[in-house]
Amino acid sequence: MTDTLTPVLSANWGTEKSWTLEAYRKAGGYEAVATALKMTPSEVTDLVKDSGLRGRGGAGFPTGMKWSFVPKDNPNPKYLVVNADESEPGTCKDMPLLLASPHTLVEGMIIASYAIDCHTAFVYIRGEVLHVIRRMQQAVAEAYDKGYLGKDILGSGYDLDIIVHAGAGAYICGEETALLDSLEGRRGQPRLRPPFPAVAGLYASPTVINNVESISSVPSIVKNGSAWFGSMGTEKSKGMTLYSLSGHVKRPGQFEAPLGITLRQLLELSGGIRDGHELKFWTPGGSSTPILTAEHLDVPLDYEGMGGVGSMLGTKALQVFDETTSVVRTTLRWVEFYKHESCGKCTPCREGNWWLVQLLKSFEAGTAQDGDVEKLLDICDNMGGKSFCALADGAVACVTSAVRHFRSEFEAGRATPAWELFPYGRSALFEVQEKVEVHA
Amino acid sequence: MSVVTKPTGPVAPVETITVTIDGTEVQVPKGTLAIRAAEMIGIAIPRFCDHPLLDPVGACRQCMVEVPDMGNGRGMPKPQASCTLECAPGMQIRTQLTSPVAAKAQTGMLEFLLINHPLDCPICDKGGECPLQNQALSNGRGESRYEGVKRTFPKPVPISAQILLDRERCVLCARCTRFSEQISGDPFIALVERGALQQVGRYADHPYDSYFSGNVVQICPVGALTSASYRFQSRPFDLVSTDVTCEHCASGCRLRTDQRHFQVKRRLAGEFAEVNEEWNCDKGRFAFVSARGDDRLTRPLIREDGALRVASWPEAIDAAVAGLAAAGSSVGVLTGGRLTLEDAYGYSKFARVVLGTNSIDFRSRPGGVDEAQFLATRVAGRTLADAVTYADLEAASHVVLVGFEPEEESPLVFLRLRKAVRKKGLKVTAIAPFASNGNAKLNATVVATVPGEEAAALRALDLAAGDVLLVGERAALAPGALAAAAEVADATGARLAWVPRRAGDRGAVEAGCLPGLLPGGRPLADSAARVDLAAAWEVEGLPTGDGLEAAAMLAAAASGELKALVVAGVEPADFADAAAARAGLEEAGFVVSLENRLSEVTERADVVFPVALIEEHAGTFLNWEHRPGRVNTVIRQPNTPMTDLRVLAALADALGTPLGVRTAQQALTELTELGTWPAATAAQKKPARKAAAKPAKPARVTDGEATVRLATWRQLIDGGRGQDNEEALAATAKPSLARVSPALATALGVVDGDQVAVSGGSGWYSLPVAVTPGMAEGTVWVPQNSPGTPLGELGVVFGDEVTLSVGGAE
Repeated sequence: MTDTLTPVLSANWGTEKSWTLEAYRKAGGYEAVATALKMTPSEVTDLVKDSGLRGRGGAGFPTGMKWSFVPKDNPNPKYLVVNADESEPGTCKDMPLLLASPHTLVEGMIIASYAIDCHTAFVYIRGEVLHVIRRMQQAVAEAYDKGYLGKDILGSGYDLDIIVHAGAGAYICGEETALLDSLEGRRGQPRLRPPFPAVAGLYASPTVINNVESISSVPSIVKNGSAWFGSMGTEKSKGMTLYSLSGHVKRPGQFEAPLGITLRQLLELSGGIRDGHELKFWTPGGSSTPILTAEHLDVPLDYEGMGGVGSMLGTKALQVFDETTSVVRTTLRWVEFYKHESCGKCTPCREGNWWLVQLLKSFEAGTAQDGDVEKLLDICDNMGGKSFCALADGAVACVTSAVRHFRSEFEAGRATPAWELFPYGRSALFEVQEKVEVHA
Repeated sequence: MSVVTKPTGPVAPVETITVTIDGTEVQVPKGTLAIRAAEMIGIAIPRFCDHPLLDPVGACRQCMVEVPDMGNGRGMPKPQASCTLECAPGMQIRTQLTSPVAAKAQTGMLEFLLINHPLDCPICDKGGECPLQNQALSNGRGESRYEGVKRTFPKPVPISAQILLDRERCVLCARCTRFSEQISGDPFIALVERGALQQVGRYADHPYDSYFSGNVVQICPVGALTSASYRFQSRPFDLVSTDVTCEHCASGCRLRTDQRHFQVKRRLAGEFAEVNEEWNCDKGRFAFVSARGDDRLTRPLIREDGALRVASWPEAIDAAVAGLAAAGSSVGVLTGGRLTLEDAYGYSKFARVVLGTNSIDFRSRPGGVDEAQFLATRVAGRTLADAVTYADLEAASHVVLVGFEPEEESPLVFLRLRKAVRKKGLKVTAIAPFASNGNAKLNATVVATVPGEEAAALRALDLAAGDVLLVGERAALAPGALAAAAEVADATGARLAWVPRRAGDRGAVEAGCLPGLLPGGRPLADSAARVDLAAAWEVEGLPTGDGLEAAAMLAAAASGELKALVVAGVEPADFADAAAARAGLEEAGFVVSLENRLSEVTERADVVFPVALIEEHAGTFLNWEHRPGRVNTVIRQPNTPMTDLRVLAALADALGTPLGVRTAQQALTELTELGTWPAATAAQKKPARKAAAKPAKPARVTDGEATVRLATWRQLIDGGRGQDNEEALAATAKPSLARVSPALATALGVVDGDQVAVSGGSGWYSLPVAVTPGMAEGTVWVPQNSPGTPLGELGVVFGDEVTLSVGGAE
């Protein structure tokens, strides 16, 4: 089965001190920059457009098209902002990438900045991951040392500065306009659109915001061509990508494979569900993507495949849960996260998540009332599609999909605590003492 | 004067588009938000964060509508917030009236807003006029499905001395924070924390300092923001509301005054798009209790054996008549700035017809040599139709401020300028001694000018036709500044407006409360004007002698040249030399005072008549635009004292020459029938007499002492008597500081906070220093009338030399 894997971004992760510029260069790094700087910016953009690369942050917007939206006649400076505020529950692809090979991102940023005529680019990294911030800072410093950043890069006459910015640990700052506010030194809350960032983003100037993985994929496209990239994946979801498996699998981790691989294949690659257990439910791309079950094992993990079964590809963070897991408890944990991370700007997200948590706690404790499942769904309906940004939509998605697939577990919450139906110790990957009194 | 509505003139055609809302087609200007378009056809979409004067934010999500067609044949997949949705041609919008989706979204949103909202409506100030309460009834569900725990906070939190915040009630609509940032430019409150714990917070070391803070209470859609002065005072449904015009400055704000049990409980900003839009300042809102103390006059007083005693009305009138009759025409009339147009007219006519004198002056402040000429040729007799207006300020591309600090002296002019700066890129230039906070908020280019040298600074400006020159009352004290303003305006085609400080000032000019000016802008010197007026008044002739200006009257009273004074709302400390003013009042042979409270004038008067408070009055204030603003009677009680006009009419009758008018309506009718004197505007446009400017000298500093030029103005909230008895308001006043340039501070050897003594002709006081970068050299700025330090006590005025010395703390 090894031929299913297509390590490109992760190809050099196993090399000695892979994060250093020297090791990166030894593996062929920074060759794409030289190639790109000899092309015209619009040729670079066209190349990325042709490759079919779509945003790897979750929404799947075509990357090259995003770049081409930057108005050429705007007198303000143009900015590239890389979103490295990876915070979605279950998602863990950008952090390992930056830890193992930060220069891949630096190289991608140089090429992308060149393509959009940007001379100051930013990486906004989630504040808690200090080791990644340091590694990124070090990589940028090394790149300056070797002339890949700063003035007249590789004698091309092109100048670029990269600024590594640490966020303060708020999930909402992964929302691109909240990220911009935070980067400007304000409180991270989503902005009203229009104007869109491509027209008036950072400091009211044209701004492209891309995910770490999207930008990191660019050097390989420049190096190998759009046809090579398009040869991987499916018709509308091209290229390779990082799938992050976690949960009740034998060998969790990053699996770089062409888009369109299935969970069944990924489970085979990761050794399957832990012994003696079977798959109960899973998320295709973090907790904001509606959960799926064993019946979806063979659905292609690409933008269209996931959309076709009422979910989303998201960040390709596959959280896998076996039959010992309480859906009610899992949903509660997720919604507690959204309640904690709601920025508070809009009513449905701020108040709705506050309410959902209290209601879900009653389901977990077995104290829900008749009609509470309907109430839960109605609250979700009043939140979904009505909030200022997509945060509430993500919160609602895990609840409604959980009820859709496992309604009986919620109905049981009217009489039986979840910890009695699914003793929590059984779903742990290590020995735990059952502490029922905690919930009493 | 006449009440004329300004012609709108040619208006650029507005591009309109057609949208369909609930099946009704409506044409709206391009760029209209869906929520506004719905209002145009009478559909009220519930909302909290939306406010037509604030930038859209889309935070509360209450105003959701369904958009089955964006105008391109495609529908929006999700319901949309109509407060951020711009109408597009052909757009179909369905509100809660026709769309179950919109209706459910709105009901759901209200339920969300209520789950954490306390059910304390019965004790909440907002209960009865609460948008949350009202919309919960109109668009909410009858019962809550929420059985959980409500979020609670300790309550209330003072965000300033005046404003209190009850976070439990807050629906986080961000109206207050947007107002403070966008409208007034005082962003000292902001939303902090996140999720359900999000709340309005203030900077820990700094209260919500703003002259406009009361507006946030008014626009709060719930009872989260309350004022210390009104909190728990009344229920909205027990109040009786009356529209009035504010009496505190010449901005001319329309206010809503609410009374209960014959007592004013609160004042709110009225809606008046042309003037104050929906805002007002804290002075206008909170300063209405000055007469609540035990110094209120309700019965006449007469002096007997050196002391005042209560007298009956007939007794007091007889005493006043005896004194005035004895003085003949040797009487001076000081009217002050608190009078309505009608009362001012009463004094003007009383002086000319009954007393036979032209010695009448409304200026209880230092006046300048060419001010009377300027007022006669550039202000008097003008109407709204040919005036600079608020709308003109908003449309202008460049506004120049001369001797005028809008935020301190006419706060609504400030707000309008700020709106234009923010929305339309208006450029503001201020000829001022330093960049005040208000000017900084206008992003003004400050031409740092030593007091007295404004004329030169003005002539050096590059102005174009259509620019606006706003000249304040202090410009009269800068030699040649008023003349320069007039000349520059004539030469460049820039428009000129005089913005006086007090509400009654503009009306006093129109009523003829100046020695050389008769009502309607008739120059005393013009015999045709005198004949016209005499005919209208049905008198044989009018006094022709040159009248005295205010300070001269007081001096003449002291020397015995004038035998009597009739004094309305005047404070000695407002004059250039308070001691001289007091001496004039004391030495005067006979003083009649018309006042509503005991004052330094009543103390020195021989007869005191109590007069009605503004809330017991009807009348008119003319604002700086010459726009008449109606004052309506708020309190109707049988024991209300008479108005100034009524007292004057009674005195006139007793003196044997009837005044001819005794009610405000009669006075206004008569003044309107008089009309304005056309020649006044046309004939006298010659440049005013130029006074020699005192040459500026560099500051001389020796041994911690400097001789410098004095700059000053009144801060909005200060020691003025009209603000008495409102402690929370007083606590929001700016501190009294002496501002000097960094170079002068270094020369004196002082740093921020050190005490310096400011000495003038007749006294001194000390203040902490504020080192002010960019300030004109050789200049010190101190507030004109802050508590304990009225400049009149020093006997110096704007532009005079004063001595600044280190130390002097008492």
